[in-house]
Amino acid sequence: GVLERSREQQLRQTCEAVVLGVLHPRTAITLVLQVLSDAGSLLSCCLNAACMALLDAGLPLCSLFCGVTCALGPDGTITLDPTTRQEQVSAGRGAPVCPPGPPDHLAPQEARAVLTFAIDSRERKVLMSTTKGSCSVEEMQQCLAAAQRAADTVFQFYRDSLRRRYSKS
Amino acid sequence: GSITTADGSALVKLGNTTVICGVKAELAAPAADSANKGYIVPNVELPSLCSEKFRSGPPGEEAQAASQFIADVIENSQMIVKEDLCIANGKLAWVLYCDIICLDYDGNLLDASVFALLAALKNVQLPSVVINEETGLSEVNLKQKTPLIIRKHPVATSFAIFDDTLLIVDPTAEEEDLATGTVTIVTDEEGRLCSVHKPGGSPLTGAKLQDCITRAITRHKEVKKLIDKVIKSITPK
Repeated sequence: GVLERSREQQLRQTCEAVVLGVLHPRTAITLVLQVLSDAGSLLSCCLNAACMALLDAGLPLCSLFCGVTCALGPDGTITLDPTTRQEQVSAGRGAPVCPPGPPDHLAPQEARAVLTFAIDSRERKVLMSTTKGSCSVEEMQQCLAAAQRAADTVFQFYRDSLRRRYSKS
Repeated sequence: GSITTADGSALVKLGNTTVICGVKAELAAPAADSANKGYIVPNVELPSLCSEKFRSGPPGEEAQAASQFIADVIENSQMIVKEDLCIANGKLAWVLYCDIICLDYDGNLLDASVFALLAALKNVQLPSVVINEETGLSEVNLKQKTPLIIRKHPVATSFAIFDDTLLIVDPTAEEEDLATGTVTIVTDEEGRLCSVHKPGGSPLTGAKLQDCITRAITRHKEVKKLIDKVIKSITPK
């Protein structure tokens, strides 16, 4: 559907910005992402998977990138990598459609906005941004700062995974 | 509006880019899980007449991504609350089919589409509908029309990014082709961000993004003034 096409466009243009295509003329690079299970933060998971796949393929990249999703709660709290329930954006009217399951009293209320960023590894700049719901400019900057800090953890995970992969022959 | 057979329509020209939006209102039963909500169905079309880049046939990726963007803007900004489209809870609701067609593509499709949609929706006059208690059928009174309730006025501002540093507002097709990335900011009249749409492309620092947002907020005021002036100048049907 149109949502998948929109996600494909975002992923493709993000990858195109980092892959050094000039080194591989007349070459097509196909990236296939298969969703095995979706428990929230799907787009950032796809971004991380795409980056690790490009690394695994050994393609020349000018930087790495990672995806971070921020859910902005009604009281202004920022939740990183929210679950499906935490991601439900409600405009304040009517209850969000919750996935079936026992009522989760510990989970925070529905989000006011969900922002997904792709952060690059060199200077923590924004490669890609998508938002759902509305927020003020200050809140967006706060989410971006939180995402940039969280990116450090993800890049460390990339390093550790690759180190593990290449340490055993 | 421009299209006499549509319930609401608007034609927008941003430089050479020309986009027309037609809104048709039809009746339907609401979905089971949201019995008090109507539907808004946007569709962006890029026919082959608007540019040599587009072939005729099923919608390409750009058209589909633009349709998704418009749907997101409507949802995020809450410009039309779906509960306002409900006529009888669980039985009858309005469906607004918003067809946005590009007649001349010279870049900056998203901005023009959002303006056209906003102006067309402001132009819509919905007939009054009453459900006859005895027969259970709906009776539409075309003589009695009310305008749609538009709660928010989102305005999109697009920028083309060159070499990670230079930003050009409202790019033409040539500038878009040469650009290394694009970013579209959608703001509403309260200065809230409805969408920060950056589908990949060269990276931007937080400070540059903030620059874009500030300009987008200024541009919002200018566009809103223009839309209000035009709406006031046309006499209602």
